[in-house]
Amino acid sequence: MSAVTPDAVHGHDHGHDGHDHDHHMPTGWRRWMTATNHKDIGTLYLFFSFIMFLTGGVLALTIRAELFQPGLQIVRPEFFNQLTTMHGLIMVFGAIMPAFVGFANWMIPLMIGAPDMAFARMNNWSFWLLPPAALLLVSSFFVPGGASAAGWTLYAPLSLQMGMGMDMTIFAVHIMGASSIMGAINIVVTILNMRAPGMTLMKMPMFAWTWLITAYLLIAVMPVLAGAVTMLLTDRHFGTSFFNAAGGGDPVLYQHVFWFFGHPEVYIMILPAFGIVSQIVPAFARKPLFGYASMVYATASIAILSFVVWAHHMFTTGMPAVTQIAFMYMTMLIAVPTGVKVFNWIATMWRGSMTFETPMLFAVGFIFVFTMGGFTGLMLAIAPADIQYQDTYFVVAHFHYVLVAGSLFALFAGTYYWIPKWTGHMYDEKLGKRHFWLSMISFNVTFFPMHFLGLAGMPRRIPDYNPFFTDFNQLATVGAFGFGLSQVFFFYIVLKCIKGGPKAADKPWDGAEGLEWTVPSPAPFHTFEVPPVFEAPAGHGH
Amino acid sequence: MKRENRTLRVKLLIAACVMFGFGFALIPFYKTICEVAGLNNLLRADKGVSNSQIDTSRMVMVQFDANTRNLAWRFKPLQASVNVHPGQMVRVDYEVENTLDRAVTGQAIPSYTPMVAERHVQKLECFCFRQQTFAAHEKRVMPVVFTVDSDLPTEVPVFTLSYTFFEVAGTQK
Ligand code: HEM
Ligand SMILES: [Cu+2]
Repeated sequence: MSAVTPDAVHGHDHGHDGHDHDHHMPTGWRRWMTATNHKDIGTLYLFFSFIMFLTGGVLALTIRAELFQPGLQIVRPEFFNQLTTMHGLIMVFGAIMPAFVGFANWMIPLMIGAPDMAFARMNNWSFWLLPPAALLLVSSFFVPGGASAAGWTLYAPLSLQMGMGMDMTIFAVHIMGASSIMGAINIVVTILNMRAPGMTLMKMPMFAWTWLITAYLLIAVMPVLAGAVTMLLTDRHFGTSFFNAAGGGDPVLYQHVFWFFGHPEVYIMILPAFGIVSQIVPAFARKPLFGYASMVYATASIAILSFVVWAHHMFTTGMPAVTQIAFMYMTMLIAVPTGVKVFNWIATMWRGSMTFETPMLFAVGFIFVFTMGGFTGLMLAIAPADIQYQDTYFVVAHFHYVLVAGSLFALFAGTYYWIPKWTGHMYDEKLGKRHFWLSMISFNVTFFPMHFLGLAGMPRRIPDYNPFFTDFNQLATVGAFGFGLSQVFFFYIVLKCIKGGPKAADKPWDGAEGLEWTVPSPAPFHTFEVPPVFEAPAGHGH
Repeated sequence: MKRENRTLRVKLLIAACVMFGFGFALIPFYKTICEVAGLNNLLRADKGVSNSQIDTSRMVMVQFDANTRNLAWRFKPLQASVNVHPGQMVRVDYEVENTLDRAVTGQAIPSYTPMVAERHVQKLECFCFRQQTFAAHEKRVMPVVFTVDSDLPTEVPVFTLSYTFFEVAGTQK
């Protein structure tokens, strides 16, 4: 058990009643505009990402509605391409990434015993850059020529040819990139400099570790993406020819630069999820995390390897065979540290006294379904086989298994796990479980058939298909609407929990560990103004 | 504490700026790699005819295709296709006319269908090896000279060599 000396707990208790700061704190919308408190900013991030999640979801359901039958029914092909592009961009940059930053803001200071994030004002900026960027993205649907339709990867030469919607997308990516970099810097500084006395790096909670490594990845690759889209912009308007074939540029070069960012980016979206699951599994197995040190090293190796595998997205661009083989083996190598993590979670559960409250259901669901996505990743990594799979629904199935059942399920797990701390109320357990089963089933109904569609050759990003594929597409569409509705249900559960519910104990999960459970529920506005003294829980780490 | 935080922030910001520069540095880096590895030399003359043996045992049909993209030029091959023996030297002429009232610089980009054909065509001369500037309403005939390697797979009896002319951005006055 993490132990905190009684002094430390009560040292900060004056913030408990939540009133002492009212005289210097603006209220109403001003409170949120000028928010510098890590909890307020965390809340903003979480609500923002949920709104973007619903927005991206509406786009996805429009795609699925069009694909319910072969032929063109609902949308024009050009608009269909805008939908797939914006769905991807909004989900990646608007929903998943900000949601993890929201978790980092809320939880990292609480988990490491810091009073706040290192740079409160910069934190406010990181958040408030996002809504204008989102507005740019969404409003680009309404400009002449519509939104960008080049795919979320914004491949040249398409992205050199489109109308002003493309420019708006480029600016939005710049702004969101700046926001992520600032957020990442804040997280690195907070974790490295502001841990409670006694909490060495190797005693840090796993969530802090995974976010530390993610933040370094963000600082390393977001600027590369910013560079790539800047080059698109100058090719479009200022006569350069980085990727413009006519001027001696090379469109394939864009793919290299993009995926140098893009592959680390997919790990940016999954490492914090690994962190959340690594907090939850021990809590509900009532055993310390198995192989803590190996988890840290596995996370670090995944991060380092992620820089040298990017060309597995480009096996069909005509690379020399040696290069393909090199990238193929490097990619497969990533499965080793990923496997270490999966085995560690299973070993943590092994002979534990497990209970399956909603957070644990989502965490176990994550392990199960994410691993399936890992396996399809391995199949795609086989260069000669990938020539068959590339740009089919098989790839779509792969990345939705790792991103939806991976990142998103971990976000749900984390929400249920920490919401008692955020709101001071317990969520409705019965509804939570129902949300899990609805999500899990409808997710698989949606995406499992896509494996077969892809293997049979159905291309992605095309609004029409061979009537031969109709059955599985209809299944996927039905599943998708079910999944969408389940998430509206999730929103209801969260709102209900904010409004009321059984009073949550300071530590509502008896097996949970960590400093965040030593502060009252709901967490007062100010916590750990006097650093707590941290003692490593027995059996932790070594 | 505050001071430590600030110095770390500055270091991380510098790292981010360096990585921004790194993104741009990837461009010359990739170009060098491609050059060293001999990849992607569509716009350069090939080393020359390695095997001048003419393989009279089979014929290959080469079809020619010419396009422009957002460029008001007339661009067409003077023959639609040729039948050649592998190893035989071929010359095709293309007629290009700038229909605009201004001088325009264009670049032609080749592509092959099926793609494997690319590796088996040795191009000795081509208007695509450099940018072409046309005065207003200028008309020219420009050649492409190539041979087809005798190691072209036999399952490719026909292939298409296609050119697209683009206006070179930033050269219009
Ligand atoms: C064992 C680990 C993994 C392996 C071996 C792997 C391998 C691959 C390969 C080879 C592709 C390219 C497929 C193609 O385009 O033909 C791919 C695509 C993709 N992967 Fe993974 N992957 C793994 C894990 C992940 C994770 C954890 C994520 C994100 C959370 C992820 C997200 C994606 C995405 C988004 C794409 C598609 C990008 C696009 O073309 O739009 N992958 N993966
Ligand atoms: Cu990848």
